[in-house]
Amino acid sequence: MQLTNRSKLVVNKELSWSEKLYLPAIFSGMMITIKHLFRKKATIQYPEQKREFSKVYRGKHILKRDEQGRENCTACGLCAVSCPAEAITMVSAERKKGEEHLYREEKYASSYEINMLRCIFCGLCEEACPKDAIYLTEELMPANYDRSNFIYGKDKLVQPLGTSAHPKTYKPYKK
Amino acid sequence: MIKVTIDGVEIMVEPGTTILNAARQAGGDIVPPAMCYYSKLKGSGGKCRTCLVKVSAGSEKDPRPMPKLVASCSTPVQDGMVVQNITSPEVLEARKGVVEFLLINHPLDCPVCDQAGECHLQDLGFQHGSAKTRYEEERRQFDKIDIGDKIQLHMTRCILCYRCVYTADQITNQRVHGVLKRGDASEISTYIENVIENDFSGNVIDVCPVGALTDKTFRFKSRVWFVKPMNAHRDCNKCSGKVAIWMHGEEVYRVTGRKDKYGEVEEFICNDCRFEKKQKSDWVIEGPREVERWSVIGQNKYAVGTKVTAPQNIGYGNIID
Repeated sequence: MQLTNRSKLVVNKELSWSEKLYLPAIFSGMMITIKHLFRKKATIQYPEQKREFSKVYRGKHILKRDEQGRENCTACGLCAVSCPAEAITMVSAERKKGEEHLYREEKYASSYEINMLRCIFCGLCEEACPKDAIYLTEELMPANYDRSNFIYGKDKLVQPLGTSAHPKTYKPYKK
Repeated sequence: MIKVTIDGVEIMVEPGTTILNAARQAGGDIVPPAMCYYSKLKGSGGKCRTCLVKVSAGSEKDPRPMPKLVASCSTPVQDGMVVQNITSPEVLEARKGVVEFLLINHPLDCPVCDQAGECHLQDLGFQHGSAKTRYEEERRQFDKIDIGDKIQLHMTRCILCYRCVYTADQITNQRVHGVLKRGDASEISTYIENVIENDFSGNVIDVCPVGALTDKTFRFKSRVWFVKPMNAHRDCNKCSGKVAIWMHGEEVYRVTGRKDKYGEVEEFICNDCRFEKKQKSDWVIEGPREVERWSVIGQNKYAVGTKVTAPQNIGYGNIID
């Protein structure tokens, strides 16, 4: 089946004397290389320079706290059931007396893990969350040497105490 | 046998059958939803008004329409009766209002509630309710009552369907469980000293359409859509021993009765089976239970043996069998 009309017939013809020198071919190839030297570069020097992110960029997850510093997540499991990569697992626990300043609802996630190797950063967890708890921030996912370090627990996910709801750590759904 | 027409479907039923049961005999979309009626409980029904239907012709002899919408769970059919359920916009509008009324005092704490995913009020709100609440006042509050270490009572979630009261009346020998006070302030309660100790008291969990009565041994352990329902049985000298066990891997998370498609248990089970037998070795497992296609319980489990019933009509006139 012919897809384009650019295909060339392959012929095994004998090279001429000038072609056997290869010099014209080398020069024309070098010209292409030199032309690219003066073009605008496609890459940037990453750690020093940073690209501007899209407004809807989805990076590392964060588990939000409310204004009083209590965790929003109630371990309802909607993020886990909506996750197409099945990256989220959680264990829920009941809030005890005296823990009201830590957790907003009577149930909370005692463990919440996201396997970042499975995660496809689709943002469905953010969309499913009824409690405004999980968000995908503009932070990049850092690289690591060990696969086990990619399973992010609550220590890495929960918003640190005392941080504000600033776009650096918290991206509202629509700007 | 008398003839009754529901939404254009003609069926022959025994005299004395209610409209709801006649619709259930016909099956399909024309069955009105029911929150309080429970076919296994004598006297139940007539409380929640979700099963309202329009009777556009009373009977063969007297074909005048009934002046108001009637509760189909407690209205017996008459020969030649013509009933409209989903074909009447009036009924759908009324049902929407009923759902709104039921939700007035019902807290929207589904993320915390253990019933979420198998809650009839959730289904009803999804199918018939409006997307937004118009209620701004504060919802009613209750003091927490501890009714034992097996059953959890959340009075705020109760919709006063009285199913558990009828269960206590009929399944158990002594009634230690009833409705106190009146109207808006009425609450399901039990006399604190007479904590439910009957062998079958756990069935109030199964009959409760919402999360007001839940299993304390399953409380916050998992979500219904993470556990897999399996049919299982054991030799029990108190009940039939035929149950549904909800498993995750090799663990049995909870035990319930086998519910049919209207959410009614086939047989009541005893507390021993429900609360004490939480080992896989206690049960003879028959196989996975069927899960409706639309149910969240079937989520993420289709590959590992859970039966998920396919929808009859999958759109574009593409009808299977």
